[in-house]
Amino acid sequence: MKVLCGIGGSDDSFRALDRTVERAAVANDDLTVAVVDNEDSSVAPDDVMERAQEAVDDAGIDADVRRVGGDPGSRLVEIAETEGFEEIVLGGGHTSPMGKITIGSIAEFVLLNAKTSVTLVR
Amino acid sequence: MSDRGYPEAVANEFSTPPTAFTDREGRTIEVRPYENTDEGYEALVEMYDAFDPADRAQGIPPGGEKRIREWLDAILGDDCLNVIAWCGDEIAGHATLVPDDEAYELAIFVHQEYQRAGIGTHLIRGLLGYGQAEGIQKVWLTVERWNRAAVSLYKKIGFETSNAESFELEMGLRLNPDGDGDGNAGGDGDEDEDDQ
Repeated sequence: MKVLCGIGGSDDSFRALDRTVERAAVANDDLTVAVVDNEDSSVAPDDVMERAQEAVDDAGIDADVRRVGGDPGSRLVEIAETEGFEEIVLGGGHTSPMGKITIGSIAEFVLLNAKTSVTLVR
Repeated sequence: MSDRGYPEAVANEFSTPPTAFTDREGRTIEVRPYENTDEGYEALVEMYDAFDPADRAQGIPPGGEKRIREWLDAILGDDCLNVIAWCGDEIAGHATLVPDDEAYELAIFVHQEYQRAGIGTHLIRGLLGYGQAEGIQKVWLTVERWNRAAVSLYKKIGFETSNAESFELEMGLRLNPDGDGDGNAGGDGDEDEDDQ
């Protein structure tokens, strides 16, 4: 399957990265990792790129890791549409001190606007 | 995480628990701070184990006794404030304040057999009275926007919406003036009473 995994450096995005890479190695997915600007993230995009490339190398798969500027949600939806991706994978949200799950703003936008299936990794 | 907003004005004074009242079904309900006893803990587990999954909010309370116990252990810690609504030796509802960096997150749960009887209002007032007495300054919460009953309860209490751009509304309340003594006392002209 042709999979687009969007990550911005939040904890849940790294969880999504690891699970997607793991799955791609088993299922032979055609994977692209898009590193987007997440203004709520404390990790710089260059470090996120490095982390993603490491995960891909460690798994021994041939995935494309690319930097995607601009508004993250709309860019992911646009890339999925123009390049024929079948699924978008994103982090499944952050947990408050209380234990409440809050879905990030990028995931909200993608869920409502994508034509493909969207997977949120918990 | 983004900065949360809070009302300028400090909320009304809430009465400090323990308090007692008769609910709309004629049951005597007592609201008091959580006492860290085995009986109290097990009564809470029992309430959440019987909690209607349709009343879950953003993943809590979790399902299954094991996860319920793990979750309770996290929110019944020494740095958290918890208030229980008792009906005899059964728990009708529970409200909690859990700290993060600069404020406290609030959540409230009323068991389905005790809903729509006015217990939620007494319970949240009891929790906020307890928090006020303990010197807590700022409280925030999130609520699913379709949960109108909860949203109107929070508004009635004095919560103001601080973020309406997500699936959930975020609301804030100021319980005590800021520690630096530069509160908003005597401020005029920026009250926004709207009782429609």
